[in-house]
Amino acid sequence: MSGAATSPPGVACPTCLRRARLLALVAGGLEVAHKRRRPIRDVLALSDAALLAAASGRTDERALRERLAAFDPFELLIAAADTELEVLCRHTADYPEGLADDRSAPHALFVRGGEAGRARLSALLGADRPLGTPQPVASIVGTRRASVEGVEIAKALGRGLASAGVTVVSGLALGVDSAAHEGALEAGGGTIAVLAGGADVPYPASKAGLYDAIVASGGAIVSEMPPRFRAFRWNFPARNRIIAGLAPATIVVEAAERSGSLITADLALELGRDVGAVPGPVLSWRSRGTNALLRDGATLVRDAADALELTLGIAAAHEALRRAESERTLPPATLEPELAALLAAVEDGQDTVSALTPDAAGASIVTAGLMELELLGLIRRMPGGRVARTTRAGML
Amino acid sequence: MLAHVITFAIDGVESRRVTVEVDIRPGLPGFAIVGLGDRAVREARERVRSAVLNSGFTFPARRITVNLAPASLRKEGPGFDLAIACGILTASEQLPLAVLERTAVFGELALGGELRPCRGALAVAEGVMAAGLTGLVLPARNAREAGLVEEVAVHGAEGLAEVVAILRGESTGAVAPAAEEGGAGAVGALDLADVRGHGGPLRALTIAAAGGHNLLLAGPPGTGKTMLAQRLPSILPPLSRAEAIEVTRIQGVAGMRPGEGLVSERPFRAPHHTVSASGLVGGGSYPQPGEVTLAHHGVLFLDELAEFPRSSLEALRQPLEDGRVAIVRGQRRAVFPAQVMVVASTNPCPCGHAGTPRCRCGEADMMKYQRRLSGPLLDRLDLLVDVQRPSPSDFEGPPAARSDEVRAQVVAARERQGVRLAGTGARCNAQLTATHVRSLIALAPRGAAVLRRAYDRGTLSPRGHDRVLRVARTIADLEDAEKISTDHLLEALRLRQGLGDAPEEGAA
Repeated sequence: MSGAATSPPGVACPTCLRRARLLALVAGGLEVAHKRRRPIRDVLALSDAALLAAASGRTDERALRERLAAFDPFELLIAAADTELEVLCRHTADYPEGLADDRSAPHALFVRGGEAGRARLSALLGADRPLGTPQPVASIVGTRRASVEGVEIAKALGRGLASAGVTVVSGLALGVDSAAHEGALEAGGGTIAVLAGGADVPYPASKAGLYDAIVASGGAIVSEMPPRFRAFRWNFPARNRIIAGLAPATIVVEAAERSGSLITADLALELGRDVGAVPGPVLSWRSRGTNALLRDGATLVRDAADALELTLGIAAAHEALRRAESERTLPPATLEPELAALLAAVEDGQDTVSALTPDAAGASIVTAGLMELELLGLIRRMPGGRVARTTRAGML
Repeated sequence: MLAHVITFAIDGVESRRVTVEVDIRPGLPGFAIVGLGDRAVREARERVRSAVLNSGFTFPARRITVNLAPASLRKEGPGFDLAIACGILTASEQLPLAVLERTAVFGELALGGELRPCRGALAVAEGVMAAGLTGLVLPARNAREAGLVEEVAVHGAEGLAEVVAILRGESTGAVAPAAEEGGAGAVGALDLADVRGHGGPLRALTIAAAGGHNLLLAGPPGTGKTMLAQRLPSILPPLSRAEAIEVTRIQGVAGMRPGEGLVSERPFRAPHHTVSASGLVGGGSYPQPGEVTLAHHGVLFLDELAEFPRSSLEALRQPLEDGRVAIVRGQRRAVFPAQVMVVASTNPCPCGHAGTPRCRCGEADMMKYQRRLSGPLLDRLDLLVDVQRPSPSDFEGPPAARSDEVRAQVVAARERQGVRLAGTGARCNAQLTATHVRSLIALAPRGAAVLRRAYDRGTLSPRGHDRVLRVARTIADLEDAEKISTDHLLEALRLRQGLGDAPEEGAA
């Protein structure tokens, strides 16, 4: 693959483009199959003809066939170009290596990533790394209704992995997904968002800012669906199989039972990839899924170091950590004694103004002190009036 | 024979002079009232007839026409009863014509001839003074309120017979006691001494009171947000006499305190969140003052801010900006005073337990909740303080502060502001305009650097910038400091943060 950067990877082939068009055409029919709980991989692994037959149970198969026959691959290429997307397919040289194992892998992939989106995606996926080294890519997924801690952990994992040069893959969803992307961006690292709908449509709309930030920071947005396509429900588990496929390891942060994140973990296991999970309180519904994964043998992930070890193996992880170590946010040596004491108290778990001081006179001093620490970047504000010590790069 | 009696109609929070003309002439017995009166005014016929007869006077069995002038002003309520009765007595020569030239009458009659107290006695007395009259006869229960206008001889009467005696000079009626003093130092039943723990919120409350800053209390349910807010009036500076008169007039017009004299405590209004926009700022086809006017010179408490309809909160914008409400309904325009301190409370998230493991809210819930909160009103709040559950040891400890002590600090800080703000039109730091912020509030180089750093980090908006300066100035005033120190600024910064200034999460 190291030659991919030099020789042109080739144009997406008409067969694969037609498949993308077919998926969009039968999307409504696939929704029915999805409702009947047919495994998404079995459906998407079908040949074009079988898929058409399976999905057109209700719609007129002949009409679909005619529309497909009238399909012009060039029109799709032009539509992609119009929406600033680039297209690659199973037959181009830059098709992600991780997806090759998957019999249901997408035929075509639409990429947004600036001027040279395809090259950028290849680089993000570690296509030009030295032969025999682990692929520096990790997927982070989890619940949309994440807790404050879940968001912090996802961010810290994203930060830690990204600062060690690992690309963070996730789905731009609310909660854990976007926190992981944000963490990667904070560390100035690469991140890939896989969308269920067209790669040109930020979804959810409230994450349009994050979408733009990912593209602007050198990351990429990927989807198997054609431009402007609006996602059906089945597109989300289908998207999850791409997230699971792109990375050698998938890490789950907070997942309820029977949640989409667990589907992603299952899809990763089916491909023989590593799955890690962050443990949580036994009684919390948000930890049921992750704790169940751990019980079934998933790798326990406590912090970014664990995540790195899972992704890169022990040796490479240590090397990466050693490099990241030097970039920690350490308190400046010149911190005044009062501020140092305040910081120590916060680290000790006294994380509200009330906990730090009993009376109004003290509150005045503590409030000013906390603000100073915040401006120094040593603490950050949390919901509910709490403060937390800023997590250092790579550490929780 | 024709008689004129002067009385007053309540219009918004003020009174308008109304002349009651009574004409009695031979003809079929009849009694008509004209002059754009409402139903209560038309029903005055029956009350007046019975009251006149039951007070031992004769009711002329002739044709009686009553006109309320000016005919263009809508008149409502039963306050015209007494004037109509006096007019009939004068026109039927049971009362000398001259006695009602310099004296106004005002009040509702009972069928037995007794006088019932009416709304707006102080507004009426002020109208009497403005009209250049010398006397006012009104129900005895209203005499204390009306008596606050020292230039007018106020006579309180129990019934129509006593009114006639007063007008004839045979009695003085209940005379209002000599001018009452404003409630200097009066602390209500609610004292900060009831509060345990809550050091941070107490500090924020003190700053808010000292500078007149609007405040948002955020915290889980049941932690004491309402308790703290209710005690804010007890640490605000006492009402000046002029302020107390204004508050008394408004409360009198609203009929909130019949029979009482000068208001001594600052008003505290806590409208329920189902309040409509006109309930909050005033309205109606005869414009009536709303909650924001009833809270004039006091505290308007908006509990559960996120639950208020957006339209109501939008309507608060102009009053908070201008300190008054202008309401136009049909052809009528009313201006009500509305200088209030706003204290709002909110839960940190829909379930109220953000930041604790009990919280069940996802990012989408939080965003939806924040969206309901964010908006024009949030922009006008200066301080955000988180209220946490007090710890068990707090309950056992001594009270953190007493209202009279805190009030002394607040008064001292306000005096310092008074000196600095002389000539700007502002009475406290919160009312400073952007121009005056620039000319009157200076930062040392180090403080300016801190503010710049906060601004560069995106934690502060341009609008927030000025608000932080005002709050920092108040904090310095509380410590009697000439200059704003870096610590003052840091404290102000932290208290202002999170009020819509925080950068969008993740959106770079």
